[in-house]
Amino acid sequence: MSSPTDLSLAELRDALKDKKLSSQEATQSYLDAIAAASQLNTFITVTGDKAMEMAKASDARIAKGEAGPIEGVPLGIKDLFCTKDTQTTAGSKILEGFHPKYESTVSSNLWRDGAVMLGKLNLDEFAMGSSNETSFFGPVVNPWRRAGDDAKLTPGGSSGGSSASVAARLCAGATATDTGGSIRQPAAFTGTVGVKPTYGRCSRWGVVAFASSLDQAGPITRDVRDAAIMLKSMAGYDQADSTSVDRSVPDYEAALGKSLKGLKIGVPKEYRVDGMPDEIEALWAQGVEWMKDAGAEIVDISLPLTKYALPVYYIVAPAEASSNLARYDGVKYGYRASDYSDVLSMYENTRAEGFGEEVKRRILIGTYVLSAGYYDAYYLRAQKVRKKIFDEFSSAFDKVDLILTPSAPSAAFGLGEKNADPVQMYLNDVFTVTANLAGIPGASVPSGVDKDGLPLGLQLLARPFDEETLFTGMHALEKAANFAAHPDQWWG
Amino acid sequence: MAVDKETVRKVARLARIAESEERLEPLATQMNGILGWIEQLNEVDVEGVEAMASTVEMSLAMRDDQLQDGPTGGGQADSVVANAPNTEDHFFVVPKVVE
Repeated sequence: MSSPTDLSLAELRDALKDKKLSSQEATQSYLDAIAAASQLNTFITVTGDKAMEMAKASDARIAKGEAGPIEGVPLGIKDLFCTKDTQTTAGSKILEGFHPKYESTVSSNLWRDGAVMLGKLNLDEFAMGSSNETSFFGPVVNPWRRAGDDAKLTPGGSSGGSSASVAARLCAGATATDTGGSIRQPAAFTGTVGVKPTYGRCSRWGVVAFASSLDQAGPITRDVRDAAIMLKSMAGYDQADSTSVDRSVPDYEAALGKSLKGLKIGVPKEYRVDGMPDEIEALWAQGVEWMKDAGAEIVDISLPLTKYALPVYYIVAPAEASSNLARYDGVKYGYRASDYSDVLSMYENTRAEGFGEEVKRRILIGTYVLSAGYYDAYYLRAQKVRKKIFDEFSSAFDKVDLILTPSAPSAAFGLGEKNADPVQMYLNDVFTVTANLAGIPGASVPSGVDKDGLPLGLQLLARPFDEETLFTGMHALEKAANFAAHPDQWWG
Repeated sequence: MAVDKETVRKVARLARIAESEERLEPLATQMNGILGWIEQLNEVDVEGVEAMASTVEMSLAMRDDQLQDGPTGGGQADSVVANAPNTEDHFFVVPKVVE
């Protein structure tokens, strides 16, 4: 064995269980790899001491035969999940130094099952962004580079720290969240697997809120099996989240390797945009062939409302964000401006200095669309179009079991390349945002590389709470694509 | 429904975000860019469609009105104020709000 960091999450889990290595050895290897990769800026906080302490406890449980399902496996946690007594920033200056006094349900579930925390991963500020460039702690750098080119690329966003860490083998797997594509687009940009489960599958309790009707936690991992293992631990009903759904969590790993025979896979002709590289179109066609070869029946479908999903999202998400982010007022936690004359200027200066430009822009848009006189024209109309998009997916899933699309309209782009026009940046999520509006599960699977050697992903969508069929499709896609590329280590 | 400088000033005040005079015009331009792109929703016929706030169709769960155990429970004043910028005896300290 070369290094424990070369093992997939599943391989590491098995090696730990069989006592071929200890969690302390694996954890130390990861901490060394993280220390050598500071150029990538993937971690906001590394919790080395805590990691070694947790690893030691895991080794003791393994020795006593009391190991949990992912005992001793070192993970990275997106810095949007509250972790007790460990700084949780949401990528924002306004939460710098915030040490929650409680643990998010999702991270608690992972520790219950034996996982070890390596630290907190960088992200776009309050998960608002598609390139990780809105983080107060600086952008994450994608471990992938174009062939023969040193230009720094985005790892996608908002879960850029999660995707880059997994791709660079700085953790065995990472938690992430997806409000409009923040798990799937970064996964596509880094050759990793990202799963956004059904809305209500993972508890939102203790996850810093962005847009509550869209936010959903999920894993980013090296392969499909790893994602199945991680989601099983993350998911589950939680009384503390009023939109958590009380359904048992299936064994997603058992869904891997099943035949696609009898499954119908829909291909929606609307998942195309102007300027989309031919390579992505070709990869999509290849994906259709792979699914057919694996025994699935291909069905052409139409989802004509697709192009309205992003505009709906950019009303609904900022509206919910403007309400959720009202809590950052310099009173209860986080940053407070030092210069003010009364309570109003204390609020206004705190928020002006504590939030970054993109977050302020979205709060203003959200406040505007909810304000008197505009509520009906914008917010109410958006919610009605959302219902129509939801209905459109429901009808499609009467005819098909899965839907196959590209994950993103481009490969990873250069840092700084798309900052000039907010709308250009928003278009990154054109293929992913529909699943958030409809509440359905979706996943990106690395399926090929472009002419520059950068990874490209294909997306599968499934019926609400049918993650098992989703995993069956993902596994078949992974097997056919046989994606083996990984970035050369140029850092450290 | 173009957004002008005065609208940005009003919205920023509602959102409790201080914006300098010279930022108002550029923000109006950006907001108009985004809102102009959003206008395409007017093409969709939404006559008789119900507004959807959440994809989870359920009524909120009820529980007995009693103190909870764990992190959502009571008796944790120290934890509640632990991250506040300025506190005194478990109170949040803010500038004077009543004359």
